[in-house]
Amino acid sequence: MNGPVVNGPVVNGSIATPAAVRILVVGCPDWPLVALGVVSDEPALVLGAGRVVAANGPARAVGVARGQRRREAQFLCPEVRVLARDEGREARGFEAVVSALGAVTPWVEANRPGRCSFGVRGPVRLFGGEVALVRHAAEVVDAAVARVGSGSDGGPGSRVPGCQIPGCRVGVADGAFAAGLAARGGGPAPEHPMIVPRGGSPAFLAPLPVEVLLPVESLAGSSAGPTADLVDVLVRLGLTTLGAFAALPVADVLARFGTVGLDAHRLASGIDDRPAGHRPAPPDLAVSVDFDPPVDRIDRAAFAARSAAEALHERLSTRGMACTRVVVEAETEHGERVSRRWRDEGVLGPAAVADRVRWQLEGWLHGPPAVRPTSGITRLVLAPDEVVPASGRQMGFWGGVSAADERAGRACARVVGLLGPGSVRIPEWRGGRDPDNRVALVPFVEPAREGGSGGGGQPEIRPWPGALPGPSPAAVHVEPMAVGVVDAAGAPVTVDGRGGLSAPPDRLVVPRSSVGTRPAAATGERVVAWAGPWPVDERWWDPLRRRRRVRLQMVTADGTARLVVLTDGRWTVAATYD
Amino acid sequence: MSRSLPAALPRSLLAEPEPFDDLLPEERPFPEAGPPEGAGPALRAVPSLAEAARRVRPTTLAVDRALPVLEALAGLLPDGLRRGITVGVSGTGARSVALALMARATGTGSWAVVVGDGDLGLAAAAEIGVALERLVVVDAPDPGQWAPVVATFVGAVDLVLVSPGHRPSVGDVRRLAARCRERGSVLVHLSPGVDHPVDGWPGRLDLRFSVDEVGWGGLDGERDRLRSRRMDVSVGGRGLPTEGRRDALLLPGPDGVPVRQ
Repeated sequence: MNGPVVNGPVVNGSIATPAAVRILVVGCPDWPLVALGVVSDEPALVLGAGRVVAANGPARAVGVARGQRRREAQFLCPEVRVLARDEGREARGFEAVVSALGAVTPWVEANRPGRCSFGVRGPVRLFGGEVALVRHAAEVVDAAVARVGSGSDGGPGSRVPGCQIPGCRVGVADGAFAAGLAARGGGPAPEHPMIVPRGGSPAFLAPLPVEVLLPVESLAGSSAGPTADLVDVLVRLGLTTLGAFAALPVADVLARFGTVGLDAHRLASGIDDRPAGHRPAPPDLAVSVDFDPPVDRIDRAAFAARSAAEALHERLSTRGMACTRVVVEAETEHGERVSRRWRDEGVLGPAAVADRVRWQLEGWLHGPPAVRPTSGITRLVLAPDEVVPASGRQMGFWGGVSAADERAGRACARVVGLLGPGSVRIPEWRGGRDPDNRVALVPFVEPAREGGSGGGGQPEIRPWPGALPGPSPAAVHVEPMAVGVVDAAGAPVTVDGRGGLSAPPDRLVVPRSSVGTRPAAATGERVVAWAGPWPVDERWWDPLRRRRRVRLQMVTADGTARLVVLTDGRWTVAATYD
Repeated sequence: MSRSLPAALPRSLLAEPEPFDDLLPEERPFPEAGPPEGAGPALRAVPSLAEAARRVRPTTLAVDRALPVLEALAGLLPDGLRRGITVGVSGTGARSVALALMARATGTGSWAVVVGDGDLGLAAAAEIGVALERLVVVDAPDPGQWAPVVATFVGAVDLVLVSPGHRPSVGDVRRLAARCRERGSVLVHLSPGVDHPVDGWPGRLDLRFSVDEVGWGGLDGERDRLRSRRMDVSVGGRGLPTEGRRDALLLPGPDGVPVRQ
């Protein structure tokens, strides 16, 4: 074994035992797609918060990758089928997979929809060896996934009969981090699992690039966060592999990179991948919520879960602790219970815990009738299972996240809890030729770890030939109002193939039905000045999304300036210079 | 078995937990007086550290009491936008005026939220000077949820722009105004006059902006384009001369940014 040698790191005065726990990780590839029931050999991708979160094999083959924007992905693969993410379905489907694994071992830890893990120590004896255990677990998971993928609960599922659901990936190694990477690196499980031999984790990890330290969520979101900064620095220092990083002395890493660096170093050295100083939680920290009357709606339960998660976080942080593993237990009026252990590679913040409660309850309350409870939930318990000393957080002085940003982020998260996901949105520059597509609104997603909320971005500097000249209208109508544009003789104004107007517009006729009681509605408003026309023909190569339009600016007698657009022979008011 | 639940969430659940109890005492505009919890009777007269700090603080900085506004609005709001007030903006050009009010503050670290105006032109907002990375847009909530949503933002976000599609209740509006005063946010009620029925605000507004005269420049020749708009803006309300203040602005100016004429 030529792996790097690391002495047992001394943390908080106690020597962490390098007892490597054998962990088996099961990963279901393309889970967001499989959960939607989309199994086909046509390229498809799932979009969440404006970024690609999953793409199937044919789409990946042409370069579509996680974290890309829709536009980039469609540029690489124009015929790709774009689906919206449905986290509820993902969680529901995966709950079935996790409960199926309950037949193998009761100690399944769910990580997130699409990935779970368990320690092999007990079941390995029952099944007679790791190879047999892996085979059995993979068969159980594949069977459960096939039931989910057959799309029993409707949705956009389109299962092409000849196509296989991608088989689950299984990896076994010392420690969850190495096992997770082994699962990612292995082939479809029953035939090609990746089993890293005992003590082989350091050697297995050594050649891997340091980018694997990044949490999976950060691939889909903005590349902010302490780990991203760390990886960035490591690459610039020339430490491009985990082995090179692990070879550094622990004390120097701690001195230079702090606790973030220390935790990453422990992951990279493959000896003990739990965060430094982890210990079982004291028993009196569990937070419970009682519901009276019982709750059977997911949004109400999730709303209460959020405040319970915050209470748990508060209770832990007053003792200087943070939670890495949490047990979520729900009980109904009729005594049915479901308990699930959630683990994360990093620290579970209030938002992350609340997400996991929502996932678990989604799977239970909306699952197949056999597992669905017969009455509402009366009690929800969040019990921390493993805690670490909290590393604390420093507010930004200049730049970074200020107190105002924190407060605004919390308020947004609360309103998302009230109104549902997607109701709170933040603008993002996209660039375009018309005021309605230059800035897009993307759903606000609370950063799972610390970091800014993203959004904003810089105005597009690239030229957009044919873009509407500025200034932009202050009101862009979500539902454009149909109008008539007539010339002095009362005939409708048309535009010829070269973009020329048939006659100067004279009046703007607003149909009576679309605006309640406008006095001038019937006869129309006189156009006192106008400009244009500006024709634009976008995406002429794509029959479905082609936009061909002619824009005119018009000022009517009351001083209002409007952007009037002709599309397919119909005039509409697309925007008002309010 | 109680499968049927009330469709709306009970008020107690919405109110709990109180969203901004995590503000530090000195972060609150009007910290409650009183001894710290757990202080014994003998210590009752000893002020807390925060209280002592507040007493010896020389004065409240102007920045703490007012949000900065664009230079173009200096004629209308020479001291900036006082925190904790409610503002009404109505008529033609109301959206542009509201965006101009918010622009400078968002550039200096304040957040702004728009509740219920899906038509707001975000490209125009950026041109006027609003920092889009600190702007949040919320779809119009149901009338029953409108007040809790707005109340959540008041106090957490410095500028709350509302354009309710319904007529809010008098009680809700009074509570929101009180919450603004207490927590230092500015609530802007937008009632655009164009293509929309003008809906009223059932309460007193501290400042009212209105646009009196509008004229577009740039369309003199038919082959030109809209370039800038001259508008006479007047503001009246509490703390201003009875006849109010008025000023002529180019909004938007030739390059989008408002200019004082």
